[in-house]
Amino acid sequence: MKLIILENYSQASEWAAKYIRNRIVQFGPGPGRFFTLGLPTGSTPLGCYRKLVEYYRNGDLSFKYVKTFNMDEYVGLPRDHPESYHSFMWNNFFKHIDISPENVHILDGNAPDLQAECDAFEEKIKAAGGIELFVGGIGPDGHIAFNEPGSSLVSRTRVKTLAMDTILANARFFDGDLSKVPTMALTVGVGTVMDAREVMILITGAHKAFALYKAIEDGVNHMWTVSAFQQHPNTVFVCDEDATLELKVKTVKYFKGLMLVHNKLVEPLYSMKEMEAERSQSKKPYSD
Amino acid sequence: MLPGGAAPRPRLQVAVPLEWGHRPGPGALRAARWRPAARPRGPCSSQRRLRAPGRGRSSPSACPRGGAPVSPPLTCCPVPRQPLVPEPRPGLASPRPVPASCAGHRGFAVPAGSRCPAMPSNKSVSDAPIVQFTNCRILRDHQLQREDLWVREGKILNPEKLFFDEKGSADVQLDCKDSIIAPGFIDVQINGGFGVDFSLATDDFKSGIDLVSQKILSHGVTSFCPTLVTSPSSVYHQVLPQISVRNGGTHGAGILGAHLEGPFISKEKKGAHPEHCLRTFEAGAFQDLLATYGSLDCVQIVTLAPEMRRSSEVIRELTKRGICVSLGHSVANLSQAEEAVQHGATFITHLFNAMLPFHHRDPGIVGLLTSDRIPAGRKVFYGMISDGIHTNPAALRIAHRAHPKGLVLVTDAMAGMGLAPGRHTLGQQVVEIDGLNTYIAGTKTLSGSVATMDTCVRHFQEATGCAVETALEAASLHPAQLLGIEHKKGTLNYDSDADFLMLNDSLYVQATYIAGEEVWRQDVSGM
Repeated sequence: MKLIILENYSQASEWAAKYIRNRIVQFGPGPGRFFTLGLPTGSTPLGCYRKLVEYYRNGDLSFKYVKTFNMDEYVGLPRDHPESYHSFMWNNFFKHIDISPENVHILDGNAPDLQAECDAFEEKIKAAGGIELFVGGIGPDGHIAFNEPGSSLVSRTRVKTLAMDTILANARFFDGDLSKVPTMALTVGVGTVMDAREVMILITGAHKAFALYKAIEDGVNHMWTVSAFQQHPNTVFVCDEDATLELKVKTVKYFKGLMLVHNKLVEPLYSMKEMEAERSQSKKPYSD
Repeated sequence: MLPGGAAPRPRLQVAVPLEWGHRPGPGALRAARWRPAARPRGPCSSQRRLRAPGRGRSSPSACPRGGAPVSPPLTCCPVPRQPLVPEPRPGLASPRPVPASCAGHRGFAVPAGSRCPAMPSNKSVSDAPIVQFTNCRILRDHQLQREDLWVREGKILNPEKLFFDEKGSADVQLDCKDSIIAPGFIDVQINGGFGVDFSLATDDFKSGIDLVSQKILSHGVTSFCPTLVTSPSSVYHQVLPQISVRNGGTHGAGILGAHLEGPFISKEKKGAHPEHCLRTFEAGAFQDLLATYGSLDCVQIVTLAPEMRRSSEVIRELTKRGICVSLGHSVANLSQAEEAVQHGATFITHLFNAMLPFHHRDPGIVGLLTSDRIPAGRKVFYGMISDGIHTNPAALRIAHRAHPKGLVLVTDAMAGMGLAPGRHTLGQQVVEIDGLNTYIAGTKTLSGSVATMDTCVRHFQEATGCAVETALEAASLHPAQLLGIEHKKGTLNYDSDADFLMLNDSLYVQATYIAGEEVWRQDVSGM
């Protein structure tokens, strides 16, 4: 894995956004060649989304040929409820960028047959050619998406009942009223995310520190489902200083020392404007 | 695939920057200067004609659907056309063009003659073009929010529903240059203007009302209630049938219904109304009123004095018919006014004017603002002419602070509005205009005003120091609430009518839209 340690939340968000930008631009998406991106929700990726919207506004990044697959959605919450993940993605990301609605895939928590909905989602991922980069977060109980402790590490997209920890953590979005928080959700499985060609996990804040420790310094354990990514060939963990509070000093020093190497992933920062310019230039047979 | 198995229609994405306050120099004739022109009438209702710079485009071709030839049509035509993408203008400090979100063209120079690949439209609800107003601040939920405004088929569209349910996106994006977008103003008391007097039964009454409805678009008024002052019964019988409730459009602001101010008002507080036309309904109550007016079909508001005998019956009858009853030109005390409200009255005509002044032991009609005997769930609205003349700014502030949610800005404009100073008629009387003041000729009695709605909004905001949102709502949301039409007018909520204004930060109207169509735009000065 690559553990990227930045100073604070905004730097971590910016690094993550730059990384996603570089990956998309270097992939060179175009008609018939879509970049498939897995996306998370919650407060952690907000800074990253803001940065990505900024890159779009500057013209450096376009989502025209990007397909997105969201990780999860509540069951039983109306789609236009302000706390549904559809609303979250629309308000924080989709409405600001140029993504095509046909390329956006979010699980439907109000589908008549939930398991069929989950299976169809897996099919859609397969049809899109698999996911290039799956961005995710981590819960305080070490879960990835809604794969609560005890979820199989080879699980696929399915319905999950939320653990108490998760309900408590999400209560702040429902006016602190525990009874209003949905208790079930549709989620991609650990196995589904492991199938992605690359995984990036964003972890910021001291309250996630213990989960990060369990995820990377302890063994692979279905009680801390993010630990499954120790067995993925291409994982990037982006975190801020506060999230490293439970890690060994040795680990932190080692990875901080590697920042020089890791920063080469985001510098130079590529832009779609330049890619277009290069492509049109390269058509000239002679240079004057 | 659309329902019914039809092949998906190609949909063009075109960006159209709106420019005002900036006139390109003569050398920039080739520059893109876009303005959605008036819709050509034709079977294809969604064609728009855009003036495009000449670029060797093919000659205007007939619409395959048999409509009038247009060059070039936009969206909904099954045959894909050349896209209209603004060319970069060399050597000019041009405003940032909004790039088309066509595939591959986003933000980049487009080789001349390139074709926008046809994008399948998957709008399962409707194929009508969707316009997205970007780079603006819209008044929603009582606040100015940095959001885009989406319009389709003359109504405000919910973009999230469009995105997830219909998988649709905008056909046209218009850059509003950071203007404020507010709901169109609603004027519930306007007696005429530009030489037209609604209380005068002339032969060309219809063209007069059309003229006024056209001209007030530039003041930001998108709906209004033509007001008739106290007049002989014959005038009502002749004029009222000629007023019809109708939607607004390029022809002018929408008419919500007539406002009949009088003749059942108090002699002592007649103001500029002619005394010989005043009446009572002592004898036959509602029947008297009906006989006087002739027909109540297109009447939206009636102003009367509640102290008159049998007014309660009349108020109840009118309220039953959905007509808003307003108290004004009256010497009623507070209890009489409260009784009228209990019977159904909901409005006060030009607060402070033509009523007993506020007294600390009997506040009169003014006391309704803070009365505790208003039936639960109801609100009393009050009109104020905030032109700085009819009410002292301090009085305006007192009223606003006492009951901010009930304040409705009205112009009470008369025939002289929009005309040069001089003598004009108002109903049966002659009045004199000098600057912003209008008096009954030869006296010092104020009669009507020549203020425009946007001036009233600006003056109100300045005098009270209130937030911009408050000032805008006093001219849009509150009148809509008064008339019970806030589900479709007076707000920018989803599914309400797309009647809105673009204003700059000083609340000067830059453009007026009715049903999503531009019906007026501030002329760029300087050339």
